[in-house]
Amino acid sequence: MAETSITPQVDGHGSAPPTAQSWLTGHPKRVVWMAVIAAFGLFWWFGKPWAAWAFKYPSAWKWTINEQITAAMEWLMNDATFGLFTFRELTRAISAVIEVPYDIVLSLLSTGFLQGQGSQAVQIVPPLSWIAVLVTVVAVGRYVRDWKLGALLGLCFLYLVVFGQWESAMVTLSSIAIAVPLGIVAALLIGLLGYRWTWFERAITPVLDLMQTTPVFAYLVPVLVMFGFNAVSAMIATMIYATPPMVRVTILALRQVPAETVDLGTMVGCTRRQMTWKVMIPSAMPTLMVGVNQVIMLSLNMVIIASMIGAGGLGFDVLASLRSLDIGGGIESGVAIVVLAIALDRLSQAMAERTHGNRVKPAGDENLVRKHPYTVFCVAVALVTGALGFTWGEIQNYPEAWTITSGAMWSDLVRYINVNFFDELEAFKTVLLLNVLIPFKRFLLSLPWFGVVLLLGVAGYTLGRWKLAVLCIVLSLFIATVGKWDKAMITIYLCGISVLAACAIGIPIGILSAQRERLWRVVQAVIDTLQTLPSFVYLMPVIMLFRVGDFSAIIAVIVYALAPAIRYTAHGIRQVDPQLVEAGIVSGCTPFQLLTKVKLKLAFPEIMLGLNQTIMLALSMLVITSLVGTRDLGQEALIALTRARTGDGIVAGLCVAFIAIIADRLIRAGADRMRSRLGLH
Amino acid sequence: MAERGPKLVCNSVWKLFGGGAEKLLRDSGGAPSAEAVAGAGLIGAVRDVSFEVREGEIFVIMGLSGSGKSTLVRCMSRLIEPTAGEIIFDGQDLLKASAPEMVEIRRHKMGMVFQHFALLPHLTVLGNVAFPLEVQGIDRSTREARALEIIELVGLEGRESYYPRELSGGQQQRVGIARSLAVEPELWFLDEPFSALDPLIRREMQDEFLRLQNVLHKTIVFITHDFDEAIRLADRIAIMKDGGIDQIGTPEDLVVRPATDYVAEFTKEVSRAKVLSVASVMTPLRKTTPSGGYGGEVPVSAKIGEVASLMSDNAKPFSVIGSDGKPIGQVTKDAVIDVLIQG
Repeated sequence: MAETSITPQVDGHGSAPPTAQSWLTGHPKRVVWMAVIAAFGLFWWFGKPWAAWAFKYPSAWKWTINEQITAAMEWLMNDATFGLFTFRELTRAISAVIEVPYDIVLSLLSTGFLQGQGSQAVQIVPPLSWIAVLVTVVAVGRYVRDWKLGALLGLCFLYLVVFGQWESAMVTLSSIAIAVPLGIVAALLIGLLGYRWTWFERAITPVLDLMQTTPVFAYLVPVLVMFGFNAVSAMIATMIYATPPMVRVTILALRQVPAETVDLGTMVGCTRRQMTWKVMIPSAMPTLMVGVNQVIMLSLNMVIIASMIGAGGLGFDVLASLRSLDIGGGIESGVAIVVLAIALDRLSQAMAERTHGNRVKPAGDENLVRKHPYTVFCVAVALVTGALGFTWGEIQNYPEAWTITSGAMWSDLVRYINVNFFDELEAFKTVLLLNVLIPFKRFLLSLPWFGVVLLLGVAGYTLGRWKLAVLCIVLSLFIATVGKWDKAMITIYLCGISVLAACAIGIPIGILSAQRERLWRVVQAVIDTLQTLPSFVYLMPVIMLFRVGDFSAIIAVIVYALAPAIRYTAHGIRQVDPQLVEAGIVSGCTPFQLLTKVKLKLAFPEIMLGLNQTIMLALSMLVITSLVGTRDLGQEALIALTRARTGDGIVAGLCVAFIAIIADRLIRAGADRMRSRLGLH
Repeated sequence: MAERGPKLVCNSVWKLFGGGAEKLLRDSGGAPSAEAVAGAGLIGAVRDVSFEVREGEIFVIMGLSGSGKSTLVRCMSRLIEPTAGEIIFDGQDLLKASAPEMVEIRRHKMGMVFQHFALLPHLTVLGNVAFPLEVQGIDRSTREARALEIIELVGLEGRESYYPRELSGGQQQRVGIARSLAVEPELWFLDEPFSALDPLIRREMQDEFLRLQNVLHKTIVFITHDFDEAIRLADRIAIMKDGGIDQIGTPEDLVVRPATDYVAEFTKEVSRAKVLSVASVMTPLRKTTPSGGYGGEVPVSAKIGEVASLMSDNAKPFSVIGSDGKPIGQVTKDAVIDVLIQG
């Protein structure tokens, strides 16, 4: 590399902290930072001959914790015993318990109730007919809010029927119907304990942090090893993935209950149990329902990934299509998941709004039909259609001949685009790859790990004193010592490029839309929808256009991570105190000055938090893109999954989590300092 | 007014926030100075408070924000554990009561109204009012029947099935009042019940409160930061400042004989005619009826403001009637005008 390339590269890596610093505290710190960066640059440029160990982590020093974990896991599964029963028996027992309700729901929705084993099985009661399910969801929608919601839900399920996704969708719905309530109950109980005992909350907070930052693939491996390749494992993995936010929401929601309400509970003489279930939880219900909605959405997000360890249904269809590059089929199943997600999202949101109830029904009316009109009607429809279904099969099962498929259309579209625009797309991709992606990747890989660790330590010290410095150093050292430095750098390269691009697109959109009410409403609707989509869905169009590789991965990550960049920017600008804006106008600011000198400055901490969220989403998406052939930590975790090597998966996952935690803590510390400087909050 | 016995007695109640509060109290013989408290890094929310609340009276604790009045009322119901002292309710020291005993006392003998209403958002008016009874495990039809009675008493009939969010602030506090009365408490705490309401509604609610008390004759501890409200409602007032009590007395006592400059600050702006009763300007009954006879009769407990308009068109003195219905003195127009002029 030539001399000229040093400056931009050093800047590319290090310019954000120093400018942020100088903006923060003025000149002297900037000088210190320049010195540190200069020292780092000199070491990077001249240090290699006499300190090769600092550039490539010596394999002799490698800490083989991955093998130890794998061995420990094997011991746990093969030899561990609690005396009365073995560990393996324990895991089997857990899955047997979860399997019971799952089997019932699955029988009801999909397979029917069977007698006998395997292919000998005889169906004694058929599953609910498609008509019955359709009628039920409409009735639920009407009951929860109004006919409009009922119609929306009905249309969503009608899509599943008409496009031939019914069977898979019902399998997916069954596992959601079990995983979500179990996850909610578990989260509620853990959250309650966390609320009651501060020490418990302190103990679980880092665990929650890890659970939310560790990529799914990492814990799929131990779940797979412990519970086997089946639907129950998939549900357990889903719960692990979907519940941590609900735990946090629960603790927060309980904390938000006004002190007076708690006093009221004490004054009327509530016992502890009455206090919890009659005062605290009902008062916290609106916030709790936000958590419930999150559990549902995250569970749906997990549908496809969970099919890698045995969930059937729509997720399996998508994964199978993706592997066989059947774009049309993949899109159709993917859209089915989206449709299901939209239906459940709207339903749970409506339920959240409804928690404060309709009018109480007059007591004393014992007439069953008048008391529960919807339930009675749905049961009646189920029985009638079930009975008629024995004679007319199309009432029981939607006939295949009536289904429509859009798969061929999608495949044709992709073929058309590839035939007509192949050169343009390819040129675009190649130019970016050669001029931006590959040089940046090379640059990151050439950095001395030792120097980077120290640099992170300095950054941690300046933003958050010793505690943060030690955290940054220990976490980044972990990545080096377990021998994942190069893979981590590739992860950072993919993530960094995507985040930069997402911010470059998202922040201007956020700025523009923040100042125009109508545009903001449109943008908000779009990003809300984008965030409802399972992450996998982003992969499909990208692969169609750019095939597998880093470039496709980056595009998918950018689109996925765009929403927080827009949202936080717009939110930050919109919440600037209107008096300050007026003060700016009165002082004679032009609109541009008003934006750059008042609004953006005050919105900066918020935008930083948006950046933080963007990084977190990018990292979580990045792991999934390893399915389309990136060579980073995500791929390590994926390989570990296919080989069922627990240790490798967990170590790779922890490395990703640590990258996320370092970025998160540094940015948060920076944003907090800025906030207190600006006197916000 | 007949002399009534004490219902609730506070003896040297202390509440210090911060670590090592008990130790400081022990070391200083139970009465550390304000400097010692601050020096130990503690906050003296309630400092050495003693008073008694008599059966059937409205005892108002008045203080500005941060004076410790809310902490004090929470100490009395043990929502907050006092650091030291005695709180004697019907002869029993509440601070020595076990947790289950406290639950029983709160369930049957205490009611509390909160500043921000503290209505449960998921329950209807009926459900909220019946809530204390529900907690006691009383069956649904009994508790709802009782709740309906009280809802009627506070003037909310017809709104039983409304949710709190569908009511105005004044209506919400009526629900809060009804709920606190559902268990027929002997001791009724009201923690700034009308502070969150608009001035006009506040006045209406004060009248309503006085009307209820005329019917119910509860023993009441009423917290407020509004001196006018205190004057209007109180039988006796305790003025709190920095966690301690500056003065306890009837509204008239405070106005006529403020114990400290701080109390005088409050009473300075109070219209005397509203506070002083006829008794304070009355002259003893003369042996002979004045030459022109009396212009009329006024009760001894009437406030001067109330009788002023009556006397303004009449130059003759008025006869003052005692609580037993017999004349005990007379009051002249000049004496009344003197008070009115003082403001």
